Amino acid sequence: MAEVTKSRALLSEGLQTQGESGLYRCVNCGFCLNQCPTYIELGLETESPRGRLSLMKAMSEGRLELTKGVIGHLGLCLQCRACEAVCPSGVPFGRLMETARAGIVQHQPGSLGTRLVRSIVFQGLLPHPRRLALLATLLRFYQRSGLGWAMERTQVLRLLSPRLARMNEILPPLPGKPFSTDSRIVPSLGNKAQRKVAFFSGCVMSMIYAEVNEATLRVLSKNGCEVVVPREQVCCGALHVHSGERDIAKNMARRNIDAFMGAEIDTVVVNSAGCGALLKEYGVLLEDDPLYAHKARHFAGMVKDVTELLTPLPLEPGLGEIKKRVTYQDPCHLAHAQRISQEPRQILKSIPGIELVEMEDASLCCGAAGIYSITQSELSTRLLERKVRNIAATGVEVVVAPNPGCMLQLRLGLKRAGLNVRVAHLVELLDEAYARSTPTYPLKI
Amino acid sequence: MEKQRLVRELVAIVGSKWVISNPEDLLVFEYDGSVSRGLPDVVALPSTVDEVSKIMRLAHQEGIPVVPRGSGTGLSGGSVPESGGIVLAFTRMNHILEIDPVNRLAVVEPGVVNIDLTSATSKYSLHYVPDPSSQRACTIGGNVAENAGGPHCLAYGVTTNHVLGTEVVLANGDVVWLGGKTCKPGYDLTGIIVGSEGTLGVVTKIIVRLMPDPESIETLLAIFKEMDKAASAVSAIIARGIIPAALEMMDRLTIQAVEPAIHAGYPAEAGAVLLIEVEGLKEEVAEQANDIEGICSAEGAMEVRRAKNALEKERLWAGRKNAIGAIGRLSPNYYLLDGVVPRTKLVEVMRKMADTGQRFGFQICNVFHAGDGNIHPNILFNTQVHGETQRVLQAGAEILKACVDAGGTITGEHGVGLEKREYMPWIFSDEDLEAMVRLRVAFTHGAPLNPGKIFPPRKARNE
Repeated sequence: MAEVTKSRALLSEGLQTQGESGLYRCVNCGFCLNQCPTYIELGLETESPRGRLSLMKAMSEGRLELTKGVIGHLGLCLQCRACEAVCPSGVPFGRLMETARAGIVQHQPGSLGTRLVRSIVFQGLLPHPRRLALLATLLRFYQRSGLGWAMERTQVLRLLSPRLARMNEILPPLPGKPFSTDSRIVPSLGNKAQRKVAFFSGCVMSMIYAEVNEATLRVLSKNGCEVVVPREQVCCGALHVHSGERDIAKNMARRNIDAFMGAEIDTVVVNSAGCGALLKEYGVLLEDDPLYAHKARHFAGMVKDVTELLTPLPLEPGLGEIKKRVTYQDPCHLAHAQRISQEPRQILKSIPGIELVEMEDASLCCGAAGIYSITQSELSTRLLERKVRNIAATGVEVVVAPNPGCMLQLRLGLKRAGLNVRVAHLVELLDEAYARSTPTYPLKI
Repeated sequence: MEKQRLVRELVAIVGSKWVISNPEDLLVFEYDGSVSRGLPDVVALPSTVDEVSKIMRLAHQEGIPVVPRGSGTGLSGGSVPESGGIVLAFTRMNHILEIDPVNRLAVVEPGVVNIDLTSATSKYSLHYVPDPSSQRACTIGGNVAENAGGPHCLAYGVTTNHVLGTEVVLANGDVVWLGGKTCKPGYDLTGIIVGSEGTLGVVTKIIVRLMPDPESIETLLAIFKEMDKAASAVSAIIARGIIPAALEMMDRLTIQAVEPAIHAGYPAEAGAVLLIEVEGLKEEVAEQANDIEGICSAEGAMEVRRAKNALEKERLWAGRKNAIGAIGRLSPNYYLLDGVVPRTKLVEVMRKMADTGQRFGFQICNVFHAGDGNIHPNILFNTQVHGETQRVLQAGAEILKACVDAGGTITGEHGVGLEKREYMPWIFSDEDLEAMVRLRVAFTHGAPLNPGKIFPPRKARNE
């Protein structure tokens, strides 16, 4: 009985106050079923959006306890939000699942080890850019020393911890220096700046894909933007929200809002789909904070994905030819959460020489889903293998996926399959195209 | 049979991965798209006809109810296990076994999702006609059980007109073929299986007819200030001898639900819209589209628009196909009816319906296949409000009675299931119902195959 009271309490705090009206929008029509990657893979109603919603309903009505089984079903959700994008009733599935996850964290904190790892990653590491930079340097040393290679070859790590082994395998060679948020201002190239924007650099992007961030600055600058990179920005908090750590995420949201609101800008540009989706939802995240609610809504309204910012403008001329067959993978948090799927394709088609070949199920999740590839590696791998088959069937040389999680995951899958397909961010191709035909195009900014 | 043993026996047939018996997992098999609910004792997901046959034999020996289930999108409680038992979920039997473009047919397993069949046959310029609004989710097996319709059934007929044969597992586990690729002489047993709502046997393979894609399609949206005018335009179009491929109507409240969700381009100020599609040879289609435009204008349409390209056509249809779900935005629950009225009585029944809504204090959305008089009133309500479910069922009954009184019937395409079984005596005499029950017994020998469906409970007891 205590269990029931406890799980009801947690859900009355979460689901009922925040999402009950949303929860009861579900009318069981089933339109979400065949958009859901876990339902497609497993064929079980328990692993479908409709099934998960009815479990949440049953809990909020006190018909169901938060058992291990229920936690398992909710935990298997990728939070890709493909269901939300097709839901005719407008069920805010992402938000409901985040609330449920937060409830689970409170209710079932997990083993001491799990709690320790969570606390190190979510509290000790991600909110601190300098510690992340230090970690990146250490990891780079580990890679360059040959230790990383040895670990992969000897399988030592696999014996020690399959999770660590997977992380080791996922990590690509790290850049010489992480991207630095140094308050620099990048002037608009050529003509007078048409707009002043601020760049949100993202923690994973900065650590692993520093060069993509630099390329983003160059492409924005080339396209008439004066770009400022606020120094005090931190991780967006998306990994926290998806893992049920809402309170930490709220703190990080406040810090980011403070960091950006100082600058005189009209847009916050982001090149990571996962970050962008959460930044756009800061208004909802902080709706109960009297000091920040208004600022958060204003901030959220300024956020634009880089592909979104570039498409209404005619792209600045000077794009050289890239003769490549390319396919496009829709990042879930771009296509489903932000409903941006045409813009990136238009940009790709506007690069001379690029032939865009659509793959089957381009908008189906690749299985990366934040830390899902590590916490639910079995299903993640199944989705990845399906994705790699679909990419292979197109016969392309490049797959574009403008989100760090997808890029890491696809790189891993293609490497395992022994396929020689490059994984690129969309702005990398734009940057290369400019570099090819514009002699004055800077190599560094 | 004790539940533990039943689970063990089922595990021996389909494997432990495909038997669901935890109470929390069974919870997600208690519903379909209707208001009915019922918990199964166990769910089994077979992958072959052999497994289905073994499960049926086991259930038959032990007298356990068996309820077949596709995607659970049904709207009459057809797959809801009212009296518990085994739910046979066909999610895994979702293979298209054969596409024969020359003879224009396909052989599919029951769990194939409706739209996946058309996607697979599109490279041959063929398609499967019945297109329920839930076609992205619902299965062909479920369509066969309910004899499903869809917007494009006006010109080409419903599921039964597109099924050539079925492989059926009978209650005792025997596997039989009814019908086949070529027309079989003798009784039309396929016709009996289609629409039998899983009460005669369990369908494990289906041979369906495929139709060639039309050379040309025109999609029109006619916008009216009032529902009455739209209804008389419908009659006028049919009276002119035009049978459009689809002729759909949506009322003001539906438009208000759909537009914010789907952005189909239906004007907010409209009292009703007609979505009309004509298809066929190019010249014929152009002529019919012009005629329809003329008729609608003459009947007082504010505007008639035509989809200029595939994208515009898709948008117009997205509004219609998502309409029912979008109504979920207006209210926590809805009760979706599926009545049929003679086209000429549309206006009269709509008035009665509005009156019923007013008396009960319910809002009613209307979205329906106007061309064949198949109406889908959607009564908005809230199960959380005490007594409202009971009242909404009363209001629904009153509306369906009005359909029957006008010479219509209680279901066009959703089936009778649990929710309309009490209304069967409105259209059938005792003798009719007796005859149907005898037919059922001839197939099942009294085995509880999808028990409680179609017949009023006292009738079923006479088995």
